[in-house]
Amino acid sequence: MTRYRLAVALLAVALLAASTAWADDALEARLKSLETQLRCLVCQNQTLAESNAPLAEDLRHEVRELAVSGKSDDEIRGYLVARYGDFVLYKPPIKPTTYLLWFGPFLLLACGVIVWFSVLRRRAKTNATGTAAPSAAAARARAVLDE
Amino acid sequence: MSMKVLRRSLPLAIFVVVLGFLFAGLFRDPREVPSPLIGKPAPAFSLAQLHRPERTLTPGDMRGRVWLLNVWASWCVSCRVEHPLLLDLAKANIVPVIGLAYKDKPADGLAWLASNGNPYTVSIVDRDGRVGIDFGVYGVPETFVIDKAGVIRYKQIGPLTADALQQTILPLVHELQRS
Repeated sequence: MTRYRLAVALLAVALLAASTAWADDALEARLKSLETQLRCLVCQNQTLAESNAPLAEDLRHEVRELAVSGKSDDEIRGYLVARYGDFVLYKPPIKPTTYLLWFGPFLLLACGVIVWFSVLRRRAKTNATGTAAPSAAAARARAVLDE
Repeated sequence: MSMKVLRRSLPLAIFVVVLGFLFAGLFRDPREVPSPLIGKPAPAFSLAQLHRPERTLTPGDMRGRVWLLNVWASWCVSCRVEHPLLLDLAKANIVPVIGLAYKDKPADGLAWLASNGNPYTVSIVDRDGRVGIDFGVYGVPETFVIDKAGVIRYKQIGPLTADALQQTILPLVHELQRS
């Protein structure tokens, strides 16, 4: 009986330890992914996760506290954007000032397609109008080749 | 004919436009990130004063006055560069300057002011840098111009320069003081 109780107690402790460890891992993973999306303003080309700048350390601490206090990822990003601007985000938000940034490449692609088709069409037209002369030449060439 | 000229000169035109953008980019400082706080009320804080730790200062205490918030630290090297300008400004007695000792030990801050001169109307201590984060501080020194209603109107990132002071900050201060 005592052995049975001991086993239950041990199992409970093990489960508890496992669940807190799992929760910790989940939090760490979440913080890691958040920090890799945020820019360190001191060294600009490093993420918060990579940077050793004192400010990055403070901001990591701040992000952790916000996460532990139950704030969502969007709320945490919003907290930093309110203080440091969109520049803290590695991925710029889609809004009127960034439309050109996000959709500019597709605009260029569309221009390229238009130019391409107009060139093709013009080429087809010159081929169509120029068939009479080349075919005479081609007939002569064939005659030469067939000899 | 004109169509042909247009088509021929198109690559050159594109090249010139790109060149223009790149040339303009040469004169922009990538370290200066525009603050989203311009035009917004200064973040609330209540911090202990450096010289009288038993007393605090809040933005509300400055209501009705135009003031500058200068973020500095005794460990900050470029703060020494702007310091003579701040001392001159204090002597001219144009606008109150509140000094925010950012992530600094009070004893170090006091010693620094004692040896370099104290241009500040009041100094406050942001020991853990929390208020600095609320103000979006990332490159000490930084200087904020705050109007009578407590709204941030301008932010200087990095040391003050005589040019920035004479051409931007003081004219803005005068304008805000009149309104």
